[in-house]
Amino acid sequence: MTRILIVFRTGWALLRRDRVALAVTFLLPMLFFSIFVWMFSGGGGGGTSRIKLAVADEDAGVAGQRLIDELARDSSFRLIRADPDQPDAPLTREGARAMVEDGEVSVALVIPRGFSDGFGGFASGDDDTVALELYADTADPIAPQMTGGVLQGAAMRAAPDLMIERGMGQLERWAGPMTAKQRDVIDRWLPQVRADSRASADRADADADDARAARDGPGVGGLVRVTIIDVLGAEKDRSPVTAFYAAGTAVMFLLFSVTSAGGSLLEEQENGVLERLLGSRLTMAELLLGKWLFLSSLGALQIVVMFVWGALVFELELFTPGHLVGFAIMTVFTSLAAAGFGLVLAAACRTRAQLGGISTIVILGMSALGGSMFPRFLMPETMKTLGYLTFNAWALDGYQKVFWFDKRPLELWPQVAVLGALALTFMIGARLLARRWEAA
Amino acid sequence: MPETVLEVHDARKRFGASEALRGASLELRRGEWLALLGPNGAGKTTLLRSITGRVRLDGGALSLLGEPLETAARGGAARQRLGVVPQDIALYGELNARENLALFGALHGVAGRRALRERVDWALAWTGLAERARERVKGFSGGMKRRLNIACGVLHQPEVILLDEPTVGVDPQSRARIWEMLEGLRERGASLLITTHQLDEAQQICDRIVIIDHGVAIASGTLDELIAATVGSERAVILTLEAAPEAPLELAGAALDGRVIQARHRDIARELPPLLERVQAAGLRVADVKVEAPSLQAVFLHLTGRELRE
Repeated sequence: MTRILIVFRTGWALLRRDRVALAVTFLLPMLFFSIFVWMFSGGGGGGTSRIKLAVADEDAGVAGQRLIDELARDSSFRLIRADPDQPDAPLTREGARAMVEDGEVSVALVIPRGFSDGFGGFASGDDDTVALELYADTADPIAPQMTGGVLQGAAMRAAPDLMIERGMGQLERWAGPMTAKQRDVIDRWLPQVRADSRASADRADADADDARAARDGPGVGGLVRVTIIDVLGAEKDRSPVTAFYAAGTAVMFLLFSVTSAGGSLLEEQENGVLERLLGSRLTMAELLLGKWLFLSSLGALQIVVMFVWGALVFELELFTPGHLVGFAIMTVFTSLAAAGFGLVLAAACRTRAQLGGISTIVILGMSALGGSMFPRFLMPETMKTLGYLTFNAWALDGYQKVFWFDKRPLELWPQVAVLGALALTFMIGARLLARRWEAA
Repeated sequence: MPETVLEVHDARKRFGASEALRGASLELRRGEWLALLGPNGAGKTTLLRSITGRVRLDGGALSLLGEPLETAARGGAARQRLGVVPQDIALYGELNARENLALFGALHGVAGRRALRERVDWALAWTGLAERARERVKGFSGGMKRRLNIACGVLHQPEVILLDEPTVGVDPQSRARIWEMLEGLRERGASLLITTHQLDEAQQICDRIVIIDHGVAIASGTLDELIAATVGSERAVILTLEAAPEAPLELAGAALDGRVIQARHRDIARELPPLLERVQAAGLRVADVKVEAPSLQAVFLHLTGRELRE
């Protein structure tokens, strides 16, 4: 029993002295727990994430404007009404569609001409109602569906008086005219409906939750017709999930593999090989550059294998000229940056065991925030912004541009610039940290 | 006197509060084997690392083959003619013997695929590892790894070779094999500076010895010179009697302790017989006679006050 207790106590004593093991054991689970709670609870503020919604109003009518005002009050949306290239000009249908195609927004609402005139026609089939159009990127399966649903509630809250007027018109058209007394009652009731509508909107401003409850309540669906147009997926015979997970998984495991391989530097230091290498004609700069080259090529090969597998088994469109060039560019820069990351992490650590623990924490944290585990377009805005602090987000955005948005190679410049800068920064950091291994 | 190929003059190095070298000096002559001895922490490794350029001296001067090392650029002519064999088995265990040799040969400037292959073949034959050339080093015995470790440091045929404990941790047979290999280097004209804890080997094999302690070279010379300068050339004579004497003995210059009589004689042939005669005259019988020549161990103990242990 005493010997068992000695082993037990020794286990705890060793763990207590190993800060990295302590962090992996206790901090990493808490970190993950926090990230995912934050992600799925809307960025810590409660509620769902805000959807960027581009709005092009071709109608310029009362009902359309009220609908826009109602959407603007809804905390679920952040409306974009101006053309990004000409901030003073209102967004057009073409501009809204381009924003979806470019991946700037997942969904865009077009209020077609004549919408207000037909508002309240209850989609009877042969009437003159005009459907709202939603340009959507179905890579984000949530935003278009959510927007469509919200539009129904917004329409109800936006203009009940118009709906009643339009409804009465329909009634008179098909069932015959109302009597003067009936008309008088309607005319006296409508101002009250308008007042109630405004009060309801004010309450919605004050209490977003109440507004959401009203929106999601029964009986609000189907008031306006909404046509969802899949801007990207309609032309493609593929699922966005394949490209996303190929890139996400490849980048996360790339980080693990280059960090592990970068740890050879520590192994060489521990077994005396580094001393011998630096005692030859090899300089530290040459050593680091050689390792960088090796790790980059290893990383590139790993990504290529992953995407070829995706192409062969999951019909990922890799072997098209447009995709191949973009893929090559992204793979080169992603690998260079990842290799630099592996080396700087290795140079910052004292032992291989320390590197193993720290890299697990850093890589899993970056992968969760940066979108390797969970699509960033489903994250709250705050999390999306935070994601840009990670290596993964930039790499994944680049691959999404290539495989989903069909961007030309030149349009990858922001991702390439950031990854290139990261690679350079990591290598400078590794070089500075490696000075401790040079002549004392 | 042969040309000096390596000279360390008044080397000084401090690491924080610790002064590793406090004015150490030594010189290695062409074709010579020089043993560098010292207790743990004496400054041997710091001195070797300063020669290889891995430690920057705070003061003093180093010159290798006539070129000051402070001004010799990395990869300069002098550095190319220096070989270093570290105490650690600094090899890639996952690579085979040939791959390790080729790697370190190339890094030490053996240029050209053919030249490299020839040097590797020579090293494999020299180390007796030709049959195991394609095997991963991690599967080698300690002695085999040690031999390969040495070969990786001398593949580029350096004129001056620094060996840090080249035989540490190997069995006597492997040790003999290693000294045999190093003898081959001497025949090729290489000059060797060796640190070792094997005093008997240093005594037998090395031409000269430098003893370093507390960062300073406290003695240097041939074994005879060191002995003469420290413990002297007297031999220790130890007589063991069959029984302890019952009465006190009159033994000029000798000491009796129980059954053992100890004396120190400069001329054994002249001084030992009278001692034996006196013992016999006292009616005592000698069971054993032992004569010990002054050793490097005695010199070391005399100079440092410590044993040199592995």
